[in-house]
Amino acid sequence: MNDWLTHAENWVFILIALPMLIGAWRSVTSRNVVHSVLFLVIALAASAALFLLLGAEFVAWSVVLVYIGAVIVLFLFGIMITRAPLGMETELSHSNQTKIGAALVSGALFALITVTTITGFGDTEIVAKPTRTSEIGQSMFERFVIPFEVISVVLLAALIGGIVLARRDPVEGDEALQ
Amino acid sequence: MILGQFIILGAALFSLGVYGVLTRRNAVLVLLSVELMLAAVNVNFVAFDIYARDVMAGGQIFSLFIIAVGAAEVGIGLAIVLLIFRNRQSANVDELDLMKL
Repeated sequence: MNDWLTHAENWVFILIALPMLIGAWRSVTSRNVVHSVLFLVIALAASAALFLLLGAEFVAWSVVLVYIGAVIVLFLFGIMITRAPLGMETELSHSNQTKIGAALVSGALFALITVTTITGFGDTEIVAKPTRTSEIGQSMFERFVIPFEVISVVLLAALIGGIVLARRDPVEGDEALQ
Repeated sequence: MILGQFIILGAALFSLGVYGVLTRRNAVLVLLSVELMLAAVNVNFVAFDIYARDVMAGGQIFSLFIIAVGAAEVGIGLAIVLLIFRNRQSANVDELDLMKL
């Protein structure tokens, strides 16, 4: 452990991981909907910083652009459109009884994942190496070109599905909706 | 850096996401917790990719796919929540008991 703390990159990791966990914790417990979304921004920005620490630059900036840029705006729109209470509100979460059960389940899950993976990979050293974007592009358009095309179709289907689901069907004789 | 620190962080993030999915009543916030779980998976993917020193960067490419699928999921999910809200004037998941016997 002492040896672990002598490396500067591990201190950077702690500096990133603490805001990440606090942001994630507050985003699932906050009583204010908008605060909850903004705490998610902290957690996602910290995950982007973690990817930069590991040298995965393209993934990091994709997270910033797609998640922090687009998905968060979608969430804010969803909250505003569904008129969720914007102020302090206790009805946002289930009762305390459910919370105890959920805490037990997620604690058991955390213990299970940690124990199984730590016994397998525990103290394996990893050395961060920058991955160049050209390597990612090369690999994506050679080895992974079929999954890439499938993802394109998924995005197109989601686009069409979102429009079909969310648009209001015009009702006969209702002028206001047409 | 050791692999364990990323595994523990990812597991903690995933468990927090599960906690959020189980406790939140508002459907938008349930989707938000799912997003947290996807972020945890991304952390694990990238850490294992760096550990395996994959020449084709498979872990990073699959985390990019997860980002794309997450964006599609949020779009569809929010459209469904919007539809439910329009029909039932509420976005609370425990009031959606139409299929309950």
